[in-house]
Amino acid sequence: MRTIFYIVQKEFLQIFRNKMMLPIIFVIPVVQLLVLSYAVTFEIKVIKLTITDNDNSVTSRKLLSHFKASSVYQIVESGNGSNAGMNMLQKGNAHQMLVILPGFEKALMLGQPAKIQIVIDAVNGSAAALMNVYTVSIINDFNKEILTEFNPDAGLPVNLTWSFWFNPELDYKTLMVPGILVLLVTIIGMFLSGMNIVREKELGTIEQINVTPIKKHQFIAGKLLPFWIIALFELAFGLLLARLVFDIPILGNIFLIFLVASVYLLVIMGLGVFVSTITHTQQQSMFLSWFILVIFILMSGLFTPVESMPLWARNLNFINPIAYFISIIRMIMLKGSEIQNIIESLLILTVYGVLILSLSVWRYKKTN
Amino acid sequence: MSEISVFGEGLKKNYGNTEALRGVSFSVNKGEIFGFIGPDGSGKTTLFRILTTLLLPNSGHAAIDGLDIVKDYRQLREILGYMPGKFSLYHDLTVEENLKFFAGIFKADINQNYHLISDIYDQIAPFSKRRAGKLSGGMKQKLALSCALIHQPRVLILDEPTTGVDAVSRREFWEMLIRLKKLEITILVATPYMDEAILCDRVALMQEGKIMTTDTPERIIESYPLRLFKIKSDRPLQLLKSVRQMQGVKNAEMFGEYIHASTNNEIIGIDEISGFLSKNLNFSFKIEEARPGIEDCFIYFMQKNK
Repeated sequence: MRTIFYIVQKEFLQIFRNKMMLPIIFVIPVVQLLVLSYAVTFEIKVIKLTITDNDNSVTSRKLLSHFKASSVYQIVESGNGSNAGMNMLQKGNAHQMLVILPGFEKALMLGQPAKIQIVIDAVNGSAAALMNVYTVSIINDFNKEILTEFNPDAGLPVNLTWSFWFNPELDYKTLMVPGILVLLVTIIGMFLSGMNIVREKELGTIEQINVTPIKKHQFIAGKLLPFWIIALFELAFGLLLARLVFDIPILGNIFLIFLVASVYLLVIMGLGVFVSTITHTQQQSMFLSWFILVIFILMSGLFTPVESMPLWARNLNFINPIAYFISIIRMIMLKGSEIQNIIESLLILTVYGVLILSLSVWRYKKTN
Repeated sequence: MSEISVFGEGLKKNYGNTEALRGVSFSVNKGEIFGFIGPDGSGKTTLFRILTTLLLPNSGHAAIDGLDIVKDYRQLREILGYMPGKFSLYHDLTVEENLKFFAGIFKADINQNYHLISDIYDQIAPFSKRRAGKLSGGMKQKLALSCALIHQPRVLILDEPTTGVDAVSRREFWEMLIRLKKLEITILVATPYMDEAILCDRVALMQEGKIMTTDTPERIIESYPLRLFKIKSDRPLQLLKSVRQMQGVKNAEMFGEYIHASTNNEIIGIDEISGFLSKNLNFSFKIEEARPGIEDCFIYFMQKNK
């Protein structure tokens, strides 16, 4: 135990002597939380709409007024003719084009189907789908209105109302911030601890260490413990920011979050150490860690829901520690889940951590 | 016969197709300063890495104080002090912190063992708050030696401890090693510097992964079987060319301002060489018979082995 203590002491001395370390520890969480949670959002706040009204009737103007009344739509002038609207779409000056064909009002009066054309810039598929939903809901409102106007006796169809659970205002930040907290501890855990061991290889200091009676598990434990503590501290700092700045609810038990984080860090640090036992320079280690992290992050469900991934990708997430922790932390923070709701994932993470750490200790060789 | 502290037998090590060690055998007595002398690439570092349990030999075996380097590596690491060729302490820790760290992981008490290093550490103690990376080359070596000694090792293994260190620090460093002898620590030292060989109790001359000879420096010099002459002039390159052309001259090399020429023939002496050179050269030169040094011996053995 005393040997581990000496290594931990040495590591802390080195960490805090490194001038970049304190800014990394305190600036990264603030920047990540502020920038990512405000900037990375799939909500569409403004849709630029170009309108070509070829009917120019009272009814067509009524439809347009529905769009104009919506806070999402911003009407952009396109000039005359349908080509002008197409040009706007081409150049990216408009997201959506609405064309009302001549005879729109007349068809409605006669009780016939009236036609309008909607063209959406669908380069970003999910944005296009959202715009489509907005458009359809506005047109539905309009339909209901003219239905009662033209035929006051007709009853309304089934009325649908809904409310969203766990994130009632559909605030994107509520979804993002817990995930970003996971990213935060992941970066500290994987990069810093992994780079640290390979750094001793690069500087040659490991030569001197390897000739000492330090045992392999003592060395790795002494190396990881400081970053484990720092990462948990980061998490506390991040949770505080999330609560105070973003007003993210923390419904569940905060100690449960730390329990899961402690286990999760063992896995992610184990991965970092494993990478550093199979590489020889910080550059190689950085590259390999980055490669693994990018895949794990993109598949983790941080940005896109895991449920919409193909089956093989969902199966691959079985070995993705980030996916486990993101889903658990969202459950605890937003749904207030208890330990029995997450016990399965927690057990998998525990087994994973034990395996990867044992693998690293085995793979780290003092003798070649 | 004194007690044997370190021995190696038929040690071989390959890196792929490169043979770094081609069967090295030696034995070192307790409390001896034993030098492995050889140029870069002669296998000194590979040998030391095997002895310090960092590398496994392909064949052969070795033991230090009766502990096998492969089987008993755990106990061995307790009794070894190792100073790698490259400075391997922590640059970002201070002198004092480095010493404390290495004492700590060996579970050694600094105060109790301070007498071992007091000679050396006192010289760097004024800089104890300075970071190791900011020390001069000579001071780095002193710190490294202190850290290697603080746990009172029974065997000290120093890989090129004076490479890249200035002449004064080199001399000081050797004085410290010689003082360490009274502590009965066996010292194995590798060096490419021939002038340091003379300071060892015994040396092994190494070349291309083999030990050419092992003996005390004095006896190695005594056993030099050739006659040696040193010749000097203002135009050394032309002189060297001429000397090498002479029949009966076995070898001629530049040694600073002198050319060392060796002959294995009793007939060829100063008169014969100067006669030959006077005929061929139009400038003056000085010639005298010389006592061989370790380097001359090294060259002799090197050529004999070829």
